[in-house]
Amino acid sequence: MTISNIQRRRFDSLIIGAGGGGLRAALQLAEADASVAVVSKVFPTRSHTVAAQGGMNAALANVLPDNWHWHMFDTVKGSDYLGDQDAIEYMCRAAPKVVYELEHFGVPFSRLDNGRIYQRPFGGQSQNFGGEQAARTCAAADRTGHAILHSLYQQNIRAKTHFFDEYFAVDLLKDDDGNILGAFVFDIHTGEELIIEAKTTLLATGGAGQLFRTTTNALINTGDGMGMALRAGIPLQDMEFFQFHPTGIAGRGMLITEGARGEGGYLVNVNGERFMERYAPKAKDLASRDVVSRAIETEVREGRGCGPDKDHVMLKLDHLGVDVIQKRLPGIRQTCITFLGMDPAEEPVPVYPTAHYTMGGIPTDRHGQVVIPVKDTPEEAVTGLYAAGECACVSVHGANRLGGNSLLDILVFGRAAANHIIDYLKENHYHRPLNEKSVEKAYQRLHRWDDTGEGESVEKIRSDLKRVMEKNCGVFRTQDVLDNGIKEVSALHEKLKHARIKDHSAMFNTARVEALELENLMDVALATVYSASARTESRGAHSRVDFQERDDMNWMRHTLYSLEGRKLDYKPVRTKPMTVATFPPKARVY
Amino acid sequence: MRFRIYRYSPEKDQKPFMQDYELNNIVPGMMLLDALLLLKEQDPTLAFRRSCREGVCGSDGMNINGTNGLACITPLSELKEPVEVRPMPRLPVIRDLIVDMDSFYKQYRDVKPYLIVKDPLPEVELQQTPEQRDKLDGLYECILCGCCSTACPSFWWNPDKFLGPAALLQAARFIEDSRDQATEERLDALDDPFKLFRCHTIMNCIQVCPKDLNPTKAIGNIKKIMVKKSL
Repeated sequence: MTISNIQRRRFDSLIIGAGGGGLRAALQLAEADASVAVVSKVFPTRSHTVAAQGGMNAALANVLPDNWHWHMFDTVKGSDYLGDQDAIEYMCRAAPKVVYELEHFGVPFSRLDNGRIYQRPFGGQSQNFGGEQAARTCAAADRTGHAILHSLYQQNIRAKTHFFDEYFAVDLLKDDDGNILGAFVFDIHTGEELIIEAKTTLLATGGAGQLFRTTTNALINTGDGMGMALRAGIPLQDMEFFQFHPTGIAGRGMLITEGARGEGGYLVNVNGERFMERYAPKAKDLASRDVVSRAIETEVREGRGCGPDKDHVMLKLDHLGVDVIQKRLPGIRQTCITFLGMDPAEEPVPVYPTAHYTMGGIPTDRHGQVVIPVKDTPEEAVTGLYAAGECACVSVHGANRLGGNSLLDILVFGRAAANHIIDYLKENHYHRPLNEKSVEKAYQRLHRWDDTGEGESVEKIRSDLKRVMEKNCGVFRTQDVLDNGIKEVSALHEKLKHARIKDHSAMFNTARVEALELENLMDVALATVYSASARTESRGAHSRVDFQERDDMNWMRHTLYSLEGRKLDYKPVRTKPMTVATFPPKARVY
Repeated sequence: MRFRIYRYSPEKDQKPFMQDYELNNIVPGMMLLDALLLLKEQDPTLAFRRSCREGVCGSDGMNINGTNGLACITPLSELKEPVEVRPMPRLPVIRDLIVDMDSFYKQYRDVKPYLIVKDPLPEVELQQTPEQRDKLDGLYECILCGCCSTACPSFWWNPDKFLGPAALLQAARFIEDSRDQATEERLDALDDPFKLFRCHTIMNCIQVCPKDLNPTKAIGNIKKIMVKKSL
């Protein structure tokens, strides 16, 4: 097999990733009669959106008074003032419409007595710019992600979207001027390679939770799109901000939704004390996730943890009664029964902060266009390339994402990117010529794994990486620990170059897929430790023991990490919203 | 702990065979998927699908000691040794524990598994009472793992004509949805001797469903609605 006889196919638009972001974009494009190909390494309903539990924020005001401007304030504050306020305004304004569209697509939202969509309180939500708790999270019990992902896939069946299921994207294709031309992929079933040429390519590949040993994330969340972007010369933004969800099942990592606290659950330490009252007197257990995760770690560090090793705290739900739990939280009840052999309607659940969400990612504007610094312009669009969802950094989450804003992000910006692509396609009728050099590079990357003989083991490097990241890039960070992280990840990066796989078969070779995934993870890990080591302040999820204060003078700016030379660069936060006044940085108390 | 696992690689094996494995590092609380991941470290050629590790993505349906289930939520402590693991029955095997699910997905597509609303859509949500919404519980939670359909003898005998429990559960999910306006068409499309009526209430589907759903009951309800309609 040589490059010249690899099959080539052409589409108007290519989408890589079939979670909520990719499927929402695909639907919009298919309905606009664009030819669209969706490439996904798993069958679409296996994508990690399926695991989202608690819900999706939108100021519908179905339960308590609300409006998009309050939602915007909460999101800016939650981001610790690192979020871009134009994108946040856009997202919060679009939220109600996007939820209604989903409902029309068939999403089985839970309902209120008056027939409208059920909404629950979630962390970091307020009425009236920091006032009373709001109830903004639209939910389908605690299976909202499943309900949304399946409905979107179903609508794509109706719209006859073209799916390449179980195809793995190796790399983006680009020409010498930096225009993106599509991607080099292979069929996991047969091993057969395929060049997909497209006028636009949308990356919607999700996050990189597999960086860490204990994570709520699926095994497929390996930062593939971020790795592809880095290798295409695109920097990653704000990678030092990784969210640790306060309530993963201790030691195992399965997610217990924030909705559990939204429905009235609360955390206690070994003394049975509701310790969140000390850390967040007003919002208590519904403070932002970064605040609650730090509180739990502090309780454990100071010896007030639960269990024989005093290494976790307890989430109390039994006072809610079995009816509320069965009605509103049936999924996590089942998860507790399966993995802990206990019923949360009867006993408290052992929980601990667990790696959950990649706030950083591929830099985009609010239309989903990937933007990079070119000479004196901090944000120049890359022709033909878009990104949306967890792999992207718009940035609406800044330094800390609010619960319920992730499903919202993927749907709003999946849709926005598709709308921009539709406009782009109206002006751009032809494919740009394919660049053979770029195909050759992707081909080499894939076939490097054909090398036989003895070498480092992929499994071993992967488990070492996850351990190193957990140890050196966790909830609390110091210069020494982060610098050590750079050293250790760099050593693993070097080892990976000499790794070999033992399976060289063509058909459904999962060892090869895992090797390619590890390469992506490794580049994302480097971006994360380098970005974190440089930021000498505490902001949102990036919490430095040696620099405990937020430093707006020096650090209210976005980090950009480039693969070449592992170089760091910075760009300003977009503090000017689309239409309303800027929310200036304030002390962040809950 | 001892395992016997179905192996087949079309590139090198004339026919499938069972391979014996042993694991010494079993700790309490481990699921079958954890064991398979450890075995894959020993033998990287062992192939299976997996993703979420918690029973929501539906990737790792397989036949475990003779019964279909999800590896990620099957505790090792409940399994008799040697644990015999095979691909889900009746579907073509691509490799090892990985089956070709195309025909299963086609049945799903055949029931038009999407909401059809013919009236103009309002600018807000369509209204649905909690009681109407409750009817979707037990139907919408399906994760398309394939455990039920591939455990169903009617599906084994007539995979091309009988839609199978998973697809019929989806049909019921839309027939029962108060917002859907294609009930008549959906019922008409199922009114044939095979698609729906080949369900002989053998009830394997209920036994194996990892989400505790009840396709047999859903199928029975569709039949009831059809009878009511014909009167």
